[in-house]
Amino acid sequence: MSAVLQNLVNQPYKHGFVTEIESDVAPKGLNEDTIRMISAKKNEPEWLLEFRLKAYQQWLTMEEPQWPNVKYPKIDFQAISYYSAPKPRKKLGSMDEVDPELLRTFEKLGVPMHERAALAGVAVDVIFDSVSVATTYKQKLAEVGIIFGSISEAVHTHPDLVKQYLGTVVPVGDNYYATLNSAVFTDGSFCFIPKGVKCPMDLSTYFRINTEASGQFERTLIIAEEGASVSYLEGCTAPRFDTNQLHAAVVELVALDNADIKYSTVQNWYAGDENGIGGIFNFVTKRGLAKGINSRISWTQVETGSAITWKYPSCVLQGDNSVGEFYSVAVTNNHQQADTGTKMIHIGKNTRSTIVSKGISAGHSNNSYRGLVRIAPTAAGARNYSQCDSMLIGDQCSASTFPYIQVRNNSAIVEHEASTSKIGEDQLFYFAQRGIGNEEAVSMIINGFCKDVFQQLPMEFAVEATKLLGFKLEGSVG
Amino acid sequence: MIYQNSKPLLEVRGLRATVNGIEILKGIDLTVRSGEVHAIMGTNGSGKSTFAKVLAGHSAYEVTGGTVMFEGKNLFELAPEERARAGVFLAFQYPIEIPGVANNQFLRLTYNTVQAQRGKDELDPLEFDDFVREKMKMLEMSPDFLDRSVNAGFSGGEKKRNEILQMALLEPRLAILDETDSGLDIDALRIVANGVNQLATKDNAIILVTHYQRLLNYIVPDYVHVMESGRIIKTGGKQLALDLETHGYDWVSIEQRAAAGA
Ligand SMILES: Nc1ncnc2c1ncn2[C@@H]1O[C@H](COP(=O)(O)OP(=O)(O)O)[C@@H](O)[C@H]1O
Ligand SMILES: [Mg+2]
Repeated sequence: MSAVLQNLVNQPYKHGFVTEIESDVAPKGLNEDTIRMISAKKNEPEWLLEFRLKAYQQWLTMEEPQWPNVKYPKIDFQAISYYSAPKPRKKLGSMDEVDPELLRTFEKLGVPMHERAALAGVAVDVIFDSVSVATTYKQKLAEVGIIFGSISEAVHTHPDLVKQYLGTVVPVGDNYYATLNSAVFTDGSFCFIPKGVKCPMDLSTYFRINTEASGQFERTLIIAEEGASVSYLEGCTAPRFDTNQLHAAVVELVALDNADIKYSTVQNWYAGDENGIGGIFNFVTKRGLAKGINSRISWTQVETGSAITWKYPSCVLQGDNSVGEFYSVAVTNNHQQADTGTKMIHIGKNTRSTIVSKGISAGHSNNSYRGLVRIAPTAAGARNYSQCDSMLIGDQCSASTFPYIQVRNNSAIVEHEASTSKIGEDQLFYFAQRGIGNEEAVSMIINGFCKDVFQQLPMEFAVEATKLLGFKLEGSVG
Repeated sequence: MIYQNSKPLLEVRGLRATVNGIEILKGIDLTVRSGEVHAIMGTNGSGKSTFAKVLAGHSAYEVTGGTVMFEGKNLFELAPEERARAGVFLAFQYPIEIPGVANNQFLRLTYNTVQAQRGKDELDPLEFDDFVREKMKMLEMSPDFLDRSVNAGFSGGEKKRNEILQMALLEPRLAILDETDSGLDIDALRIVANGVNQLATKDNAIILVTHYQRLLNYIVPDYVHVMESGRIIKTGGKQLALDLETHGYDWVSIEQRAAAGA
């Protein structure tokens, strides 16, 4: 390996601290009683307990998928605690009642809450370990009929809506991790934008895993009724532990006629150390149903963290003329493994989808794109454009692309482009010869490479993502 | 042009360098003073590009002997980017493509980096745009090249012009042009040579690496050096280039061997 490209080191993870806070942690292990306990703690209605138990029974019959291009030791699902909540769990009336230690945590993480949320003009729902601890701007949103808050709360305040949509996009038995989530999910965000309402601000959820050996299983449900639109942001971090934590979330989006949902994620879970010890196992099922005509679902993700990422935000394009988009930057360094991509399922006529995936691998990492484009016989005039680019930094890492294309309608047009490039020593030398040092050169090359995706992010998020990438790859060239 | 009492800009003494353990440069001596134009000629593989890259600090080459002083300072104590900021410029024989990085952004970053080093004002994107378009006119380059990725999909000649454009922006103290003439048609050669001539002042110096006399009709060298097997085996005035054109490189080698034998 060349001298310039040597010295692959990860910068210390900034969010690796643990908050000293008293938590109510359930004993490790999973059985029907655990599920009944979770449901009871949350004082859930009977139908939800049944939903969970049905999922659990199904999960028992399922196997962990072997097809992803990732390697990890077998997960002991009995060694995980399925419930952890910061104490005391009294009902919070306002942000001022939130444990100050928690607030400090989110301040450290740069999560806008309080006045900072006001300044940023973002409504934030904060999920700490298993429960939602705070939601800002609730009142203001309620005035235009938007419901935004934790899903466990929505179960009580809007049971019919939750019951109507929960599990309709990601069914109970969808896949191993999603089914586990259906059985044990503890909290998550719920968001409902009524007919004709354009959400006046970005909505944001911030996830934090704090307790070692606890799993985080959040469940997010976003519904945009006819003509509604919303832009939703999700951020996540976790402390640094030498053990792996499991994160198995499910996100369901439903867009009715002419509705528009834009979902952006900057994922920065702890990735493990430079030797691959510790880090989050991120097994996430995200799916949007573009149910109505002319509806649109757009996923943008910047994936930088986690020891293992297994994630395929997908769109089911059911409504005629509906649009699905997937813009992704996935960065892996050190011993990280990512198997990520999307599924675009075209069912309605003249449905269109765009996939832009940028994978960046450094260190000893392994970065795979896996994407499915399926054109159903009903999807006359469907179009898909996919572009999958990989970039390698150094020569110890790898990148793979697994495109699956299934076309069952002759009038469809499907285009796929792929490329692999490498930040080479000679490119860095060219920059250096013009006075530009390696760090700046890499950042310029990477930003150029990710431009098409970053453009899709809301402004503040784009800035954060750019910084995060620079930070992530800092020192990856010497 | 040779000026009386001008200061040495570059002093190379006994320079040796290896790549992958193979010695390529085997003791080079060369002094370049402000205001001068030097031509280094020689057959393919004689070590011309290696010499240029060693001066610029390419990490693939290991310096195994000798010294290089630049403006009285040890050049080897500077990282490649520091050498560039100090005024060493290399127009590459094969400029590399950098897909995804817009040429205008790249040019502005390099310009501002060098300006900052010199304690001069940096330009914002709009100011820079005006500035760079002027420079491009001199090289008869279309402004379209600003929006494209650095060198990506440029023809050989376009890449060479983009190199000279950078030289025009950075105003280096020492410019090493590695076969800037190859790949240029006769019109382009004239335009590029014109540009280079306009940039030559009494305070800077130029080293032209070429194996054709052709370029030297346009940029007239004060000294011509012949390189062979990693050494400068003969130095002369501009007439030497013409003699080489007539007699070929063998002629110098034979003459040298004869002299060595005598
Ligand atoms: N990176 C390298 N690895 C191996 N050999 C090299 C490398 N760079 C140059 N060389 C060898 O060094 C010699 C001089 O090359 P070069 O300096 O490019 O010559 P010139 O520019 O005079 O044509 C050639 O024999 C070439 O093959
Ligand atoms: Mg050469």
